[in-house]
Amino acid sequence: MDETIEGSFQIIGGNFANAGEASMQLKSKLVELGIDEAIIRRAAIATFEAEMNVIIYAAAGRLQYYITPHEVTIKIDDMGPGIENIELAMQEGYSTAPDWVREMGWGAGMGLPNMKKNSDEFKIDSVVGEGTTVKMIIHFS
Amino acid sequence: MTLKDVAEILEADVIADADDLNITIKNACSADMMSAVLYYHTPDSLLITGLTQPHVIRTAEIAGIKSIVFVLDKKPGDDIIALARQKKIPILCTRFCMYTASGKLYAAGLPGCLFK
Ligand SMILES: Nc1ncnc2c1ncn2[C@@H]1O[C@H](COP(=O)(O)OP(=O)(O)O)[C@@H](O)[C@H]1O
Ligand SMILES: [Mg+2]
Repeated sequence: MDETIEGSFQIIGGNFANAGEASMQLKSKLVELGIDEAIIRRAAIATFEAEMNVIIYAAAGRLQYYITPHEVTIKIDDMGPGIENIELAMQEGYSTAPDWVREMGWGAGMGLPNMKKNSDEFKIDSVVGEGTTVKMIIHFS
Repeated sequence: MTLKDVAEILEADVIADADDLNITIKNACSADMMSAVLYYHTPDSLLITGLTQPHVIRTAEIAGIKSIVFVLDKKPGDDIIALARQKKIPILCTRFCMYTASGKLYAAGLPGCLFK
């Protein structure tokens, strides 16, 4: 491949039944392109955590990805409450998820740390009352 | 051990094709928190969980989990069974609780998955 391959996927807040569909779409694309399995797993895990945050905290959002021969760029932006204190939110174990979310298996406060751990470049921007954007880049070698 | 061994040790009901019981399980992780499954390095593991929701199957697929054990006699719904079949992830259902199921497998020689 010598061009950039792009894709996007809408994510609807509160839609737990379809949770993971956006990440699965990116994963399938990377599998199709023959990317290394361990790298695909990192991309899928990071994307899934970001997708879950949109589903849990925001009204709606979008996954966009750009794949070049060297790397995949993953951007997830949402219309939601935003994050007041990003430094605090990035701490392992910090979570504002309500009990019912925890009962569904989410809200361990490990999502953002997990995104950071699995990506080579990680950037988060958030405006309270407007929304949050997470941008991650994963290199193929 | 094979998935067949796991099923015997846990006296489990199997929701999978017969061939699937031949797959080898190298290690396991017990969790109800999906982020923990995603955080720890779990490819090729067995997931032991009390949660029966479709996103458990998707989490398993994304994390590279080989098979899922549902504890405490929880019966997964048809939607979950269909999704698991589609993703080729065999399901076992055991009446044991998470602690006992994990303990039985550990005692039989199945180690925990590599953390971090
Ligand atoms: N997209 C988002 N919109 C609003 N708040 C968010 C978003 N993502 C994360 N947060 C906030 O950051 C906290 C930590 O997020 P995370 O590390 O994913 O853990 P968890 O989702 O398990 O709580 C969340 O509890 C929430 O308060
Ligand atoms: Mg999260």
